[in-house]
Amino acid sequence: MMQTIIEGVAAPLPIANLDTDQIIPKQFLRGIDKAGLDRGIFYDLRFDAAGAPRVDFVLNQPGYAGAPILLGGANFGCGSSREHAVWGLQQFGVRAVIASSFGEIFYSNAMNNGLMLATVPEEYMECLFALAASSGPIEVRVDVERLEVSSAAGTARFTLSERHRRMFMDGLDMLGASLQHLPAIREFAGRWQQDHPWLKDVAAGARARLDRLPS
Amino acid sequence: MSKTLYRKLVDAHTVVQLDADNVLLYADLHLMNEYTSPQAFAGLAERGLTTLYPGQNVATVSHIIPTHADKLRIIADGDSALQASNLKRNCERHGIPLFDTNDRFQGIEHVIAPEHGMIRPGMVVICGDSHTTTYGALGALGFGIGTTEVEHLLATQTLVYRMAGDMRIRIDGELPPGTTAKDLVLMVIAHIGAQGARGYVVEFTGSTIAALSIEARFTLCNMAVEAGARGALIAPDATAVRYVLDHCPDLAGDAQMRERAVAQWAQLASDPDAVFDIEHRFEAAGLAPIVTWGTSPDQAMPVTGRVPEARHASDTRALQYAGLASGMPLAGVDIQHVFIGSCTNGRIEDLRAVAAVVGGRKVAPGVRAMVVPGSGAVREQAEREGIAAQLIAAGFEWRKPGCSMCLAMNDDVLAPAIRCASTTNRNFEGRQGRGAITHLMSPAMAAAAAVTGKITDVRTLLEHAQ
Repeated sequence: MMQTIIEGVAAPLPIANLDTDQIIPKQFLRGIDKAGLDRGIFYDLRFDAAGAPRVDFVLNQPGYAGAPILLGGANFGCGSSREHAVWGLQQFGVRAVIASSFGEIFYSNAMNNGLMLATVPEEYMECLFALAASSGPIEVRVDVERLEVSSAAGTARFTLSERHRRMFMDGLDMLGASLQHLPAIREFAGRWQQDHPWLKDVAAGARARLDRLPS
Repeated sequence: MSKTLYRKLVDAHTVVQLDADNVLLYADLHLMNEYTSPQAFAGLAERGLTTLYPGQNVATVSHIIPTHADKLRIIADGDSALQASNLKRNCERHGIPLFDTNDRFQGIEHVIAPEHGMIRPGMVVICGDSHTTTYGALGALGFGIGTTEVEHLLATQTLVYRMAGDMRIRIDGELPPGTTAKDLVLMVIAHIGAQGARGYVVEFTGSTIAALSIEARFTLCNMAVEAGARGALIAPDATAVRYVLDHCPDLAGDAQMRERAVAQWAQLASDPDAVFDIEHRFEAAGLAPIVTWGTSPDQAMPVTGRVPEARHASDTRALQYAGLASGMPLAGVDIQHVFIGSCTNGRIEDLRAVAAVVGGRKVAPGVRAMVVPGSGAVREQAEREGIAAQLIAAGFEWRKPGCSMCLAMNDDVLAPAIRCASTTNRNFEGRQGRGAITHLMSPAMAAAAAVTGKITDVRTLLEHAQ
């Protein structure tokens, strides 16, 4: 069972629409495995063009190194579908992100990897950002069982679907569970292809047609 | 009960209702590229699983491929070359059709799939790429996923799918001369915002949409994801049916199957009294060419306007990154680079639009202008039509197909502070290269920028020509 309490320093990134290109730039996506992605996390924000740490970036500032929680702006993780953003954040030590909204594909990717995302009201985020701006590093606690975020700014509730809660708390294996449905999938596909024969093997069919063309 | 087209497509593809929010959704087609699939294949190998229906999967080398006009393309970067060879090996092992590096028909996934008849109305199409929303143009539900889900798709041809809400965007009126589907979608995104459609599948409707070509509809649906949409749909009409039959010889040549298919496609529409959670209405009249000024696709404005005041900290940040000041006109800003291509605007109609604006003009001194066709077929077609020769004579680089500078994952990367007029879909910070500035616009507008060396209202060139 996963630990249901995530607590520690929360680093503020009050940037709206912080896209996955910025979370992990393209030059870090050339691998065929998941290794070493932490090097690319927030690369252009963390380092200057010469590769030196940027002092203006929160995670380079005293008290924020290794922060397990990020405070994001609205639509955090929008843009590209790259799951490397989630893998990289986890390798970097991030265990939860709190924001008023998240990009949809990023949200699914995070749930599929056990990176907790807590969607809380905009006003609560503003309180957290104001608090961090005035008092420096703040501690935040995310309670996945109670679905609560608590801090010196008070407590905010967030929601989690039953499926995502089970994936996080019980380590539900999504693919393993779906494989149990293989007989139903085969039956569905057989019926579907009978009713829509023009949708069967469209990729193989197209490839075969192109391969038959004179070169 | 009345249903939206979106609900009909999901219901039809539901294998099992898993719980209140999730269904096991069957996919007619699963597309892959070289960079979001390797870990999925590795996951299958770990579990000892195979691909359930290989013929309903397809892969292409698109994101890392160099676009130099070499006869034989060689991927110089070692890691990227490994991604390509790894994709080939995975496809061979799993029996999955592949469009490899030097395949005549290689190209961007969202360009090659419809042009070779792989997209048909009523399908569910899934890909580890956010711009899979493109296929709504043909009445197919398309959307992007992550790599964990790619693995799930390969093993089961299904996805654990969380239902989205229903949004309808109605656009009426004739597109004014000099404007395109790109201007339309940028205008919509600027109005509803980068998360204006987050959580929804958007159905586009109205007389403006009905008058669009299928390639223009691809552009529109492609960029719906830039408003956060989980999908985009346009109910298939006669234009869509004609496009599909033109691109599906197997179907066009089988009268009985064709009639059955066309009859089913006629049912693919929202019921007249179907309820949408949110509706937006826009008028096309008065639309001017739209250009982005910031670092999010919703930071967009008519080329005739002045750069807006910052409303939020993110606007201030974007203005600073883009090197622009509130109140200055956007037209007249110097550009150093032009990029024409991508899954948004890398099709033959886009290249024809570029050629029409360029005419006998030349690329302005000091400007580097690249044309990267979306696929091998598009490139060949443009060469047959004389577009390639015309653009080369004008000073454009005529390159090989790929995603190229849309995300700059290959060696087509902009240097810092270079300002680029781009037909792509994202103007994010650093997207085309660290510190480089992207202005999204239509192919016609990018052509106008290429020949004038600055952001230019293409209508001034069109009037001049008349």
